[in-house]
Amino acid sequence: MAALGSPLQTLRGLLRELRHVSGRAYRDTAAYRHVLAAFRAHRVTSEKLCRAQQELHFQAATYLCLLRSVRQHQALHREYHGRGERSPEEVAGLVGFRLPRQPGGKG
Amino acid sequence: MWRRRLLLQALGRLPALAARGPPLGSGGGRAYAPPAGGFEINLDHRKLKTPQAKLFTVPSEALAIAVATEWDSQKDTIKFYTMHLYSGSCCFLKLWITVISADFILQTTLCNTALDNPTQRNKVQLIRAAVKFLETDTLCYRVEEPAALAELQKKEWDPIVAWAEKRYNVAIGSSTSIMGPSIPASTRDAFISHLASYNMWALQGIEYVITQLKSLILSMGLIDRHITVEKAVLLSRLEEEYQIQRWGNVEWAHDYDLCELRARAAAGTLFVHLCSESSTVKHKLLQD
Repeated sequence: MAALGSPLQTLRGLLRELRHVSGRAYRDTAAYRHVLAAFRAHRVTSEKLCRAQQELHFQAATYLCLLRSVRQHQALHREYHGRGERSPEEVAGLVGFRLPRQPGGKG
Repeated sequence: MWRRRLLLQALGRLPALAARGPPLGSGGGRAYAPPAGGFEINLDHRKLKTPQAKLFTVPSEALAIAVATEWDSQKDTIKFYTMHLYSGSCCFLKLWITVISADFILQTTLCNTALDNPTQRNKVQLIRAAVKFLETDTLCYRVEEPAALAELQKKEWDPIVAWAEKRYNVAIGSSTSIMGPSIPASTRDAFISHLASYNMWALQGIEYVITQLKSLILSMGLIDRHITVEKAVLLSRLEEEYQIQRWGNVEWAHDYDLCELRARAAAGTLFVHLCSESSTVKHKLLQD
């Protein structure tokens, strides 16, 4: 629990991830509004050790971890695993050939 | 068939009237406690369904928003393997999901059974399966050599085991033999009674996290918010991390697995917490 960092960092990270997900219009998404509302609602408390605040912070950190790792996983997949088969042009290009162009179509 | 532009709305639904409640945006001053009906999600003005065409309802508003964000993050193709929360909730509705995406054919079987329940397990069986994992818990299996790894295991795993023992008032040993530790029946009963206090949705989540992390103790640490997801994943992969430090990191394998495990563990934990909480916002009167 001590390794959570400050709530501000978690919030900033969450907003950054949401921006990655939604692009320009991230401020209109339900997730953005929900996250901000949740953080605002639990900000002010008169208790020294507020369990609800810690619970929310943990949840926020977990969600941040989820979004971040999904994005990194996708990036890694795209870079290393997602290439698929080569097209015939690429295969020919590997050995320096070019596919013939037949104006009338094949055959 | 591929939805290019997704417009998302989460609606509240009243079960008695079987009608749609007010949309989320206009529900100002809504308390966090979800209504008994549950929440649906709309994609392109049509209701989201599970792959078996059942209506997708979840008990928690935050969970609905999270699943909606998952769908929102799908750009040109729909990659179900990145949508952990959606898949997890759907699995609760009885289904094995077979997905054909533009790149490849992927068969996703999700043990995190929530909405569809493919193996049709009831609560007792789930709990029994979860507690059975204690006998093969990662944290209880120690090596004897290499000495550095044994030392690392002792340093990192012992505190967590001690915490679990203290928290649940049980005795869990650790062993270096191939047979594993012998778990006394009282320990097993203690965990069974503790897990029985969670509802069916949360139990599915718990069992999913246990299967991913290969450890009951780490999962309980996550559920009780004792350790963060990153730390739990690190502890679960302790031997791999040790080897990485020794021999080097292979990005396309190690980091790939790490991100996937983190995503799944985080999704499972979030699922459990969102399905087992019921929070209300109390507004204190300002006293001046």
